[in-house]
Amino acid sequence: MTGPLLKVDNLRISLAGDGATYSAVENVSFEIGRGEAFGLVGESGCGKSITALAVMGLLRRPLSLGGGRIVLDGKEIQDASAAEMRRLRGKRIAMIFQEPMTALNPLSPVGKQIAEMFVLHEGMGWNEAMDRAEDALRQVRVPSPERRIKDYPHQLSGGMRQRVMIAIALACGPDLLVADEPTTALDVTVQAEIIDLMAELCAAKGTAILMISHDLGLVANMCKRVAVMYAGRIVESQAAEAIFATPSHPYTRGLVDSLPRLGERSKRGRQRLREISGVVPSIAAYPAGCRFNPRCPSVTEVCREVVPEATPLPAEGLVRCHHHG
Amino acid sequence: MAEPLLSLDDLAVHFKIGNALGGGIKTLKAVDGVTLDVKPGECLGLVGESGCGKSTLALAIMGLLPPTRGTIGVDGQEISGSKAPDRMRMARTVQMVFQDPYASLNPRQTVRRTLADPLRLHGVRDKAEVEARVMDMMAKVGLRPEQADRYPHEFSGGQRQRIGIARALILKPKLVLCDEPVSALDVSIRAQIINLLLELKDELGLAYIMISHDLGVVEHVSDRVAVMYLGRIVEQGGWQEIFENPRHPYTRALIAAIPDPFHRAAISAKAKARGEIASALNPPPGCHFHPRCPLKADICVSQDPVLAAVAEGHRAACHFRDRVS
Ligand SMILES: Nc1ncnc2c1ncn2[C@@H]1O[C@H](COP(=O)(O)OP(=O)(O)OP(=O)(O)O)[C@@H](O)[C@H]1O
Ligand SMILES: Nc1ncnc2c1ncn2[C@@H]1O[C@H](COP(=O)(O)OP(=O)(O)OP(=O)(O)O)[C@@H](O)[C@H]1O
Ligand code: SF4
Ligand code: SF4
Ligand SMILES: [Mg+2]
Ligand SMILES: [Mg+2]
Repeated sequence: MTGPLLKVDNLRISLAGDGATYSAVENVSFEIGRGEAFGLVGESGCGKSITALAVMGLLRRPLSLGGGRIVLDGKEIQDASAAEMRRLRGKRIAMIFQEPMTALNPLSPVGKQIAEMFVLHEGMGWNEAMDRAEDALRQVRVPSPERRIKDYPHQLSGGMRQRVMIAIALACGPDLLVADEPTTALDVTVQAEIIDLMAELCAAKGTAILMISHDLGLVANMCKRVAVMYAGRIVESQAAEAIFATPSHPYTRGLVDSLPRLGERSKRGRQRLREISGVVPSIAAYPAGCRFNPRCPSVTEVCREVVPEATPLPAEGLVRCHHHG
Repeated sequence: MAEPLLSLDDLAVHFKIGNALGGGIKTLKAVDGVTLDVKPGECLGLVGESGCGKSTLALAIMGLLPPTRGTIGVDGQEISGSKAPDRMRMARTVQMVFQDPYASLNPRQTVRRTLADPLRLHGVRDKAEVEARVMDMMAKVGLRPEQADRYPHEFSGGQRQRIGIARALILKPKLVLCDEPVSALDVSIRAQIINLLLELKDELGLAYIMISHDLGVVEHVSDRVAVMYLGRIVEQGGWQEIFENPRHPYTRALIAAIPDPFHRAAISAKAKARGEIASALNPPPGCHFHPRCPLKADICVSQDPVLAAVAEGHRAACHFRDRVS
């Protein structure tokens, strides 16, 4: 089949609260091709994780799907039943959650939690599944996997827990892997191995990846295309090399400028790190017009009144800014 | 020279794992003989690969894990002895930002209570003052006033991490143990938090232990750096010494693997550690690093190297610590 593996079209996520309903995410659209890695970056609280949860069919009150379509492999799944979504999860779409302890069962040994995936989704017997679980742990570079399969989550270090979750998500070779900050707790060496493992999976099984990360370098390195979110909207999307070399949106430029650069302190002494001034607005009080306007260095009158339309960029991609560079 | 605020002497934390029936009981030496000082107002960076014992060390200092051996002195008070330490005084002296924010926050407490309770408990009676300090702290970590009455699950991952930071700072302790405090934060908010930590260091003379996989962050904030490998400190020294003149082969490998965020094409090859990741369940004899060490000789397998001086304030645990490059 042709066409993208995942198409998110005009997604809106509603947040019910204080007698009113707000849009936590709106107008979010993107496509991911088979075997493609697509990056989603943006300020803490801008709606990346809940967008991922929407794709997984895991939004819970007070959050709900307020509109738009989610199309997996040509089939709309936004209205799929809970039972249908359960079948899809694990087998066809899998997620690496941002906080491992929220996703792991504290009362079950980690080997069993991985093996369960093989039992449930591939009809394997428990003995064989446990062997596969041990292999899976070895693949994500957990040392002494034969002993570690018996450990409970609290007996593992933060980085090991994260890798257990990665092993669970990769277990059945899903078509789409949603990876929400998959390597935050890992040192660079292990991170490099995990990234290679994901890339191999992409190549070998055609797995597509929706990669959410604050690590701009990681995203630049791994993804072909990247979208930047701000306050519930996508403000820019471009090819990965381009977005960091020539960011178009003032917010993206701010992001790229706040990175601490290694070696700087030796050269120039400790400089205060650049911040983007101000705070992210609350969902209930998003400003009119461009939502970045209270913090934007290039703001003008029009920005405060008119929501910027998506403007195509010369090469590829789009930006939502009245005065993009 | 100032009296140390924290002094660890030969600290060890061992875990008994497994059971007598299935595979037998083993001892896991998560921390094994760490001697370390932190002076008032000083920031010590603590680095090392996943599972090497960083969080365990911090939890022991907090009094949350009992030491197997050795002593912990905090602000002149011995907390590892038989006499229970003064909890109230400890809370005003040492606080911790936990690696897993979700697991460390009380799900049934709003942010306001999480921050106000410690203040009240420690004698701030005036309601208006409590409120003012809570609001001030929330603003400092980039949370908005109207978020005060929300519960942890209503926040994004990065927002929760900032609640954890606010909680650790609210009592203005003398030492804050930061376990991956900025891993879930985007670069702009990360910059804001790091700037805040450094400001408090200058203004209040706060001391930190900064645990981070992000060596860019460690380089930026640390006065001294300690490198851990399988439960032991293998190198320790001034930040510039460690980053520019590392003596231990493991530290060298670690620093060589630091990716440049924007030129990562070659990172995965460069960063991949030689050989298996070390297992705390099965540490190699002699120098723990020898299976992966390019300089390994016979003596490394038979004898434990001791942590010895290579220069003023710079120590390394390697038989060949004087062999430059
Ligand atoms: N259960 C909930 N109830 C109320 N508000 C919520 C809930 N879950 C998320 N939110 C809000 O929705 C917004 C988007 O949250 P989301 O978790 O998607 O952020 P994010 O982009 O993943 O941020 P981070 O990088 O910090 O993880 C945030 O402002 C958050 O406070
Ligand atoms: N409660 C526990 N019971 C048994 N083993 C434990 C326990 N807590 C930690 N360990 C083990 O101790 C070792 C050190 O763990 P620790 O959490 O200190 O690592 P870390 O350096 O913080 O790693 P990371 O960077 O992944 O967070 C690991 O092998 C871990 O499995
Ligand atoms: S539309 Fe205006 S306020 Fe918004 S980013 Fe562009 S210049 Fe800034
Ligand atoms: S003691 Fe030997 S094995 Fe250990 S780090 Fe030094 S050279 Fe390498
Ligand atoms: Mg998130
Ligand atoms: Mg840890």
